[in-house]
Amino acid sequence: MVPEIQAADDRLRAWARRFVSPEVLSGYMLISPALFLMVVLLGYPFCLAVYISLTDKVLGSSGNFIGIHNFFKLIGDPYFRQTVQNSLIYTISSVSLKLCLGMALALLLSQEFRYRNLVRGLILLPWVVPTSLSVLTWLWMFDSLFSVINYMLLSLGIISRKIPWLGDPFWAMVSVIIVNTWRGLPFFALSILAGLMTIPKELYEAAETDGARGLGKFWYITLPLLQPVIGVVVLFSTIWTFSDFQIVYILTHGGPINATQVFATMAYDVAMVAGRIGEGAAISLFLFPILLVVVFFMLRYLRQV
Amino acid sequence: MKRRRLQIVKRIFGLYLPLGAFLFFALFPFYWMAVSSFKSDSELYNLRANQLLLKKPTLEHFRNLIRETAILHWLFNSFFVSFLTAVISMTLGIMAGYALARLEFPGAKSFGMATFVTYLVPTTLLFIPLASVVQALRLSNSIWSLVVTYPTFLIPFSTWMLIAYFKSIPREIEECAMIDGCGRIRALVQIVLPMAIPGIVFSGMFSFTLSWNEFVYALTFISSTAHKTISVAVPTTLIRGDAYFWGDLMAASLVGSVPVAVLYSFFTEYFISGMTAGALKG
Repeated sequence: MVPEIQAADDRLRAWARRFVSPEVLSGYMLISPALFLMVVLLGYPFCLAVYISLTDKVLGSSGNFIGIHNFFKLIGDPYFRQTVQNSLIYTISSVSLKLCLGMALALLLSQEFRYRNLVRGLILLPWVVPTSLSVLTWLWMFDSLFSVINYMLLSLGIISRKIPWLGDPFWAMVSVIIVNTWRGLPFFALSILAGLMTIPKELYEAAETDGARGLGKFWYITLPLLQPVIGVVVLFSTIWTFSDFQIVYILTHGGPINATQVFATMAYDVAMVAGRIGEGAAISLFLFPILLVVVFFMLRYLRQV
Repeated sequence: MKRRRLQIVKRIFGLYLPLGAFLFFALFPFYWMAVSSFKSDSELYNLRANQLLLKKPTLEHFRNLIRETAILHWLFNSFFVSFLTAVISMTLGIMAGYALARLEFPGAKSFGMATFVTYLVPTTLLFIPLASVVQALRLSNSIWSLVVTYPTFLIPFSTWMLIAYFKSIPREIEECAMIDGCGRIRALVQIVLPMAIPGIVFSGMFSFTLSWNEFVYALTFISSTAHKTISVAVPTTLIRGDAYFWGDLMAASLVGSVPVAVLYSFFTEYFISGMTAGALKG
């Protein structure tokens, strides 16, 4: 055979081995349904979101292309700036609270005691039960007249006047942060607990012979070894909290006077209630850079492991 | 003797008291939900009595719900959508998860990364364009809009869970089967799947719970009362204007929470391990 033809033939064979071997074909066959759904219902909607955000589309019309006008308008809008500020306060406070309390709870749950499995199961409940329904209970617990929290605090003499939980801008923010912490705490506690279980006991014994005490052991052994788990949990929770909708929507609807409006609830109000779909899509897309940053760190972290 | 007493004190302050506080924080809302749903209206809105106790339990709110609302419809809708989407996502998740765990093909790594990234995409990022897609598919205001869209967040999740599970099954077992003349797909169906049943059941249940609890899509795509799922119907249709019927609301919340709570109580250990697997293995 002529050498050139021989070479071409080899290339063809190599190509065929690479792309049409039975293993490769069954691989493509197996992922194709999932891939199809993800392209049609995630990839396409994402592109559509970008397009809609560049139009002045309102409910029932297709809208005109207006470039990045929506984004400029939002940045200049004091109402939107307040939303950004609220989202930051909401996310940073809730995530730090969940991390500190979650760490404490994980350390408690890692001790030996009776009914430990039952207790772990009960602790998980707030995470499992439908958020919209449990938040309704919180709405009832924060009721301006019948608040059972105020009732308990008054009876115990901790406060002397009723707290206007959802009626006051400051307390409304406190309320949504409390409820978010309540719901997300189990995820932090049990993930950190799983991380604690992987730390070999010998390390602590070795540290004890070197004279380390409780806090020293925690600082020099537990915390560094938990770092990867904490990193992942915090990144996950940051995304969830930034994009959270139900807690604010049900408890305060963003009020009073927009004191608790966050990205997702404002996007819903603007797009679905006021019907300004282009502008609403632009607000939603502000979540995207945050997502990108988190994904970036996550991938970097996963590569290290 | 003195030492022993010190131990007990340490145990109380280092474990029981703080743990009790955490348990109270986690569980009190559920206690309050249950107590409120069994109180009569007169007891519910009585400021003089001890609010924390339940004196005369009544089923009046549950009767109201069944007589005056479509709660049975909502429960059925939730069951229907959650079951169907869990099955769909399981099937596609098994296929994709197996391919990523076992087969080598160009693009496998990028596909794995893509599923991981989509696992992180929040539903609030895409609900506006998805509403247009749902409309274009002529599924607005139908529970089928949820059957179609829920797998988008369930598949990435179940794929990642199942990759880890398939990897824990020794390769040699199916290789033997394949040497004996089994094809790849037959080896998957007859050898690997039966061994992976615990993982599959668990991620199916997890998907069921995620569907049951989903809120944003169901709120956006469905407007008529009869087609809503329970997690959206209770907060949107039982609250009329400024009138809150707390007894009815709490009873409905209890009814909507119990199925998930029961489901997971059988599988707590699985839930915990899966939740952490999701976080740790990414």
